[in-house]
Amino acid sequence: MFDWVKKTESGVKRSKEAWFSKITHLFDQGAIGEKTWDELEELLISADVGTETTAKLLDRVKQRVKADKLAEALQVKSILKKEMVNMLSIPNISCHCGQSEESPRVILVVGVNGSGKTTSTAKLAYSFSSQGRKVILAAADTFRAAAIDQLKYWGKEVNAEVIAHKPSGDPGAVAFDAIEAAHSRHAQVVIIDTAGRLHTKFNLMEELKKIKRIAAKHDASAPHQVLLVMDATTGQNGLAQAKYFTQAVGITDIFLAKLDGTARGGIVFAICDELNIPIAYIGTGEKLQDMAPFDANAFVDAIL
Amino acid sequence: MLEILTQKLGRVFDRLAGKGKLSEGDIDEALRQVRLALLEADVNFKVVKEFLSKAKERALGSELLHSLMPGQQVIKIVNEELIAILGKEPSHLASVPHPPSVALLVGLQGSGKTTTAVKLAVQLKQAGQHPLLVAADTRRPAAIEQLKLLAKQQDIPVYSEAGKVTPTTICEHALKEAKERASTWVIVDTQGRLHVDEAMMAELADAKSALQPSEVLLTVDAMTGQDAVRVAQEFHSRIGLTGLILTKMDGDARGGAALSIRFITGVPIKFMGTGEKIDALEPFYPDRLASRILGMGDMLTFIEQAEKTFDQQQAKNLEKKIRNKGFDLEDLLSQMRQIRKMGPLEQLVKMMPGFSKLTPRLSDNEGEKHLEKIEAIILSMTYEERHNPTILDGSRRRRIARGSGTTPKDVNQVLDYFYQVRKLTQSLTRGKLPRNIPILQNRNTKQ
Repeated sequence: MFDWVKKTESGVKRSKEAWFSKITHLFDQGAIGEKTWDELEELLISADVGTETTAKLLDRVKQRVKADKLAEALQVKSILKKEMVNMLSIPNISCHCGQSEESPRVILVVGVNGSGKTTSTAKLAYSFSSQGRKVILAAADTFRAAAIDQLKYWGKEVNAEVIAHKPSGDPGAVAFDAIEAAHSRHAQVVIIDTAGRLHTKFNLMEELKKIKRIAAKHDASAPHQVLLVMDATTGQNGLAQAKYFTQAVGITDIFLAKLDGTARGGIVFAICDELNIPIAYIGTGEKLQDMAPFDANAFVDAIL
Repeated sequence: MLEILTQKLGRVFDRLAGKGKLSEGDIDEALRQVRLALLEADVNFKVVKEFLSKAKERALGSELLHSLMPGQQVIKIVNEELIAILGKEPSHLASVPHPPSVALLVGLQGSGKTTTAVKLAVQLKQAGQHPLLVAADTRRPAAIEQLKLLAKQQDIPVYSEAGKVTPTTICEHALKEAKERASTWVIVDTQGRLHVDEAMMAELADAKSALQPSEVLLTVDAMTGQDAVRVAQEFHSRIGLTGLILTKMDGDARGGAALSIRFITGVPIKFMGTGEKIDALEPFYPDRLASRILGMGDMLTFIEQAEKTFDQQQAKNLEKKIRNKGFDLEDLLSQMRQIRKMGPLEQLVKMMPGFSKLTPRLSDNEGEKHLEKIEAIILSMTYEERHNPTILDGSRRRRIARGSGTTPKDVNQVLDYFYQVRKLTQSLTRGKLPRNIPILQNRNTKQ
């Protein structure tokens, strides 16, 4: 049952080998010196944690070290770990907010181009349907060529009905139909896969707002979850993505995709810290089951 | 960002004013600010380190120490060094003497290979070449369909195979097909893969040796963080890259990853993807990316976008009309509509050097709303009123406010604004007409 811990571990194993093992090595060196801090800073920055967040984390650790009069590098490690976990620990309230028993749970999946929305949508659908829940997928990416075909393929794989219109149709209408279908067919979950869009594109963000409004037509509490899919290789721009998408459609949580590479996804620290948006899942591979719920402890444990 | 950098540097040097001569420590302090700017732009930290030591060397040995504006000098040095690293290679594809030439597109998942492949093919076609696209991504569901659909819209042939065929076999067959069709270029779209996926990288190496491409292009998402260097290094050492294509540059990512890759691998940056439209592939300009990395705003892109959007003929007509009859509200309206065609005001402002610090205040589409309001007010006027605003008395103004859902105060503001612009155009028609900039300037000075 707790195999997600394993998944988190294996998913970030490469990251660990590439980067965080250096921290461990660093911590083995004994006394704390100026060099310790410099190296720690570099290590955090190289993981895309960003200059500001890195400074913040290290300041907190430094304060603790000073207050508790610590001298050993190993102790710094456990404090840093705590501070990192702390930063990532945000209660996820998207799960059951105001959702009535009869109406299906509506999940809106958004993100920039190529972040992995369709694959992540499929993984989510797979996890719901293997829990015995009936899932309907809405192919609301009517822009990208063959995106509908891609979702249909996954629909078959995960045994979920896909509601789709013609390419370049109105994505809002697709969402509407999918939710209606879910009501009439007593499905428990509707996942709306939207077109990738850069957060700076005004018109496309307006379109997304419209999809969200339409999703609320059947059930005012919908969408119950607005999931931002973010590529783990994203650098400092990730914060802007999270900000703009939140402004537009109120992101409830984040799916951190492609964590199976060597990227460390450190930008999530800044996102959690500044925007208070929790990370809900991580993507760890190309297969349907390559997904795990995000757990701050497991995440930081596995990497430190 | 540059403004912030300039300010910070300014502050550093202000403190040092009157000291006469700057010490090495002073320069270190200045470069620390540069360091933060580069790291914020996702330039790899190792690259930043090396880069700064180079810049420092130059700064120490330069006229900087005696300069009146050392802050500006530091930026100048940093900017020049950035441009030097980014390099000026001609943005074209290397071909072979006996066609077809082959370009192999590789990269991580979601970096933009398929879209870029079609964009490249379109450019080649426009240059009189005969491209053939090859769908060698057999794994991602519907990847072949995606390529086929995009290519069909552009009337470019695609070679693909169904069933379980290895990419290498597809490539071999595609080459044969290209010779039969007398294609001059073969553009191969491959599957997205992780640089650490042993089997997948071997497969790619295999496909490369079958194709003997003259170009192996890595597509890199402009939003990529610190890991970009490692990705590029792996791809480069396994299959040998000839160029980079930086994708999704139409967002607000600063694209420091490209600098890192170029610095570490020496692979030149050839093109930039700048939009979802199929013609949005531009040659790479090192000076533009350098300013962008430093957060300097992208004035050149702004100008280019303006040129693309503005109807030259209409502008000429407007100029003529103003010379003859003077500027009226109708002209103001058409100017504003042209500006709005260029995209959201917030983004335009971001491209203007010196204006980026204003953007926080422009959030929430305030700028758009402002333009909308002006438009509504002008549209609520009669034609006579638009041509001759002097007849607008209190009662007319109240009517216009009601009609446009605004207040008489708003109407007055628009009129004030109109008179300002008109004054400006009148003084400038002797020289050349300032087409559209007054609106932006006015708006921003008001803020």
